[in-house]
Formats: sequence, C-alpha cells, structure tokens
Amino acid sequence: MTDSILRLSGISKHYRDGPTALHAVDLDIRRGEIFALLGPNGAGKTTLISIVCGIVTPSSGTILVDGHDALVDYKAARRRIGLVPQELATDAFETVLATVSFSRRLFGRAADPAYVERLLRDLSLWEKRSAKIKDLSGGMKRRVLIAKALAHEPELLFLDEPSAGVDVALRRDMWTLVRSLRERGVTIILTTHYIEEAEEMADRVGVIAKGRLLLVEDKVALMQKLGKRELDLTLVEPLDAVPAELAEWSPTLVHDGHVLRYVFNATDERTGIPGFLRRVGDLGIHFKDLETAKSSLEDIFVDLVERER
Amino acid sequence: MNLHGIWAIYRFEMARFGRTIWTSLAVPVITTSLYFIVFGSAIGSQMREVSGVPYGAFIVPGLMLLAIFSESILNASLGIYMPKFTGTIYEILSAPLSPIETVMGYVGAATTKSLLIGLIIFATAHLFVDLPVAHPFLMLLYLVLVAAAFCLFGFAIGILANGFEQLQVVPLLIVTPMTFLGGAFYSVQILPEPWRTITLFNPVVYLINGFRWTFFGQSDVGVGISLGVSFAFLCACLAFVTIIFRTGWRLKA
Repeated sequence: MTDSILRLSGISKHYRDGPTALHAVDLDIRRGEIFALLGPNGAGKTTLISIVCGIVTPSSGTILVDGHDALVDYKAARRRIGLVPQELATDAFETVLATVSFSRRLFGRAADPAYVERLLRDLSLWEKRSAKIKDLSGGMKRRVLIAKALAHEPELLFLDEPSAGVDVALRRDMWTLVRSLRERGVTIILTTHYIEEAEEMADRVGVIAKGRLLLVEDKVALMQKLGKRELDLTLVEPLDAVPAELAEWSPTLVHDGHVLRYVFNATDERTGIPGFLRRVGDLGIHFKDLETAKSSLEDIFVDLVERER
Repeated sequence: MNLHGIWAIYRFEMARFGRTIWTSLAVPVITTSLYFIVFGSAIGSQMREVSGVPYGAFIVPGLMLLAIFSESILNASLGIYMPKFTGTIYEILSAPLSPIETVMGYVGAATTKSLLIGLIIFATAHLFVDLPVAHPFLMLLYLVLVAAAFCLFGFAIGILANGFEQLQVVPLLIVTPMTFLGGAFYSVQILPEPWRTITLFNPVVYLINGFRWTFFGQSDVGVGISLGVSFAFLCACLAFVTIIFRTGWRLKA
C-alpha cells in the first residue's frame, strides 16, 4: 500500500447562491512526491488547497493529513502543513526575521534561531533579515512567504501559483528550492497554470477543471499515454487541399500548405506511418524534409480541459 | 494548548502598539487632561461635590472607562481587521490554534493596552485631583473585567466589519453616547423622572457605577447588579466570538 500523507475523500464545496466550486474530489498524495495540480483560472485549485489548510470550510467530505482528520483533529493536521499563498499577503511593517519567527511560534514550535537563520540563508534572505517587508521587491516578498511557510518545518507544503509574477531567475531558484525540499522529505503540492513548471518538476500531475478532478497520473506515464506525435512532411510544392486518397490518415495542411501533418498515437502498435508515406509517394507528392515531434504536457492539458468544456 | 501560538499573536499585537506608543499614550493623556480642565476645573468649580465626593474626583472613574471603552474597541477591532484587510488572516486561519487560543492572543494584547491606558489616565488624574481609592484590588479587577469585555466586543466588531468606517460606527455612534448618558460626568440620582428610570436601561450606567464604587465605596446602583451586568456582557461577547469562530462566519468562505 502506498504511504499517503494526504487523503481527500468526496471533498465538495458549494457556495450559497453561487456556483459549485468543487465536485466530490478524491485525491491521494504520496509522501515525498511533488504533485502538480493543473487547471485554468477558476478551476477550483485554490479552493481545494484552502480547504485542506483550514481557510475554507468544505460542504462535505473528509481530509486526512498523515492520518489526522483535518476537521476534527485539526491541530495535529495543520502542524504538518505549510502554505505559500498566491497573493503577496504580508505584514508590511514587520522585519523579515520577526515575521518568519512569528510564523514558527504561531504553528506551535519553540523559537529556534539556528533553524531560522539556515532557512533565511537558503532563501538568500539573511542579508535582508532586518529589512521591513514593505521595502522588499516582489520577488523577495515571495521568498519571505516561502520562509514563513517553512518556518515550522512542515511535512506537506502547498505552493499556490508559486511562479505568479516572478521573474525567470527567481522561478529557477524556486524550482531548485522545491527539489531540495523534496530531498529532505517534504511533500510538495503546487498549483500552477504554467505547464512548463509541472513538466519540469512534478512526479505526478492532476488536472482540475470546473471543480472536477479530471485525472491524476504519473507525469511520464501521462505523457506517454495521452501524448500524441506529429509527423511533418515539408513539401516541395505546396498543396491547396489534402488529397482525398489520404483521408484514411486524416492529415492536415499547415504553414499555407507547405507542410503536411499526420498526427498519430505513439503508443499504438501500428502507427500508420509506413502506409501513409507509401500513399504519399504513390500520389506523387514530393517532400524535402521529414520530422516528428511529441506533444507536450501543455497539449495534453489543453486537450483535456477543452474536452470538459 | 498552543502556548507558543498565543504568545506569538500577543507579542505581534504588542509590537504593533509599540510602533505607535507615543500617539497611543499621548492621545488619552491629553484628552483626559482636557476633560479635567473643562469639567473638573471650569464646571467642577460650580458644582463642588456629588454624593459627597468632590466633582473633579467623581468624574475620574467615568473618564477612565470612557477611554477604556473606546481604546478597547479600537485596538481589538483593528487587531483582527488588519489581517483581514491585508490578507495575512490566511496564516491565522491555517495555524493549529483553537478559537479560544486565537482570542486569548488578540484580546489579551488589546486588554493589556487598554489597562496601560487606563492606568496612565489614573496617574494623570492625580495631577489634577486628590483621588483616594477605597478598594484598590477590586478597582484593578473591575478594570480588567471591563477592558476584557470591551476588547471582546471590539474583536467581534473587527471580524464583522467590511471596511474601516464600519469599525468606527459602534464606538462613535453607540458606545460614546451611551457612556455620556450613562453617568460618566453626573450622578443618575440628579436626573428628573422619567429620565432617571430610562437611564437605568443603559447597561453602561452599571459599569460606571460599579467602577465608581471601587473608588468611593458608593454608587447610584447596587454593586452586585453592576458586577452581574459586567459579567453578563463579557459572557455575551465571548459566546458571540466563539460562535463566529465555530461557524467561520465572516472569517472563512
């Protein structure tokens, strides 16, 4: 049996006089993994996280955090959770050191200056420890929020849209930090609509749209299972239309008829490529180049979300 | 019990108070001094004594409570409203804190601030009048009770408020008029009927008179009733705040 650190069963959220934000979501998060929850804006990602953290009350369902019911035994559950919110919500007049130390105590941990110093150094915040938060840049504020979330040494860290509004360098730094946290045994759940982020970091991916969890899959397996490949033939002479004789393969013309594209499933035993190329040759269609490309996680995500619409 | 968490909130709130300490303390001291000059010296010189107590001394308990009421409501309501306004409330809501622990942190700090201000006004009063205290221990206890009750009241207002102006509505439009009409500057006994009877429906009358009793050993209403009203108010505020946290009303979606 898989070691689960978070188990959601039938989590729903209905707002009075409003839409249903979540429809009976079931989800198991494995200890030590990086899980990316993908979804368009308004899909229910933040609502789901907020429910687990105790910020939003669910309409129904149960939440187990490391075996502790988050609604009944909420203290034990919340001690294990750290949250980096999407918004840069900070106490503007507090210093970096004071606000991080505050977060540690708030979550029931005794002061540990050595740990806090190490944490601030890891996040390149130590030099700014005496600075007031209002004087920091947006990127530095984001780091402060991460430090606050990690101040009580949580086992489960939620990163809600960690890359929203941060520059490329900070995004890379954050990815490095996330990986190092995972190496220390911290389980990470990140919500994002940057597919690149999930593709880069996640072990498993969940796709949510309109409050429904559409799938949860190992990232590599997902890309193999749902991934499509494209065969592009760059034509010597452009075509005006796809010849009827090629209808069996349903190719399309792109780049003003200069490229004939055949999309196939890479996992199929018969890809149809030999037959397609033979028929192209028989029809006297000459091509000067040939290349194949696999679809990205983004293609898979868009495809899934479009289907839900 | 999450003692570290309670202490964290308490220290955070006291640090906020510390950042504005001079204005926080100077305002009540100046205001009280003005009251003494206007009521104690100008009007008091015409009145001499009320129920056998020099008028300047008579108004001290009322003045202290007037400041305690407004400062308690303001401090406690701002304490919880600011995190709501800035968005940092997420951290409080996601922390392993029970409702009572959260209240202890915020209301404990606000009560401490109110007590400090009350005691500074008490000290300031000594500059103007001779002020004996018949029951000093009970005076302090009563001060804590009233400050805690109004801080709880302010805390509830802070949770319910949807804007800064709403924080001001209750203290300015309800509490201050009730204090002025509740015998802060006069004895209820001097009012003609039916105003005397109507005034007795004002709960603030009992708070002020109970507190005044701890100073002079006499009041317009029974001490037992005053204590009962003060406790009832404290319990009502505590129950209301507990319900808010249990249900998440105005705190959680």
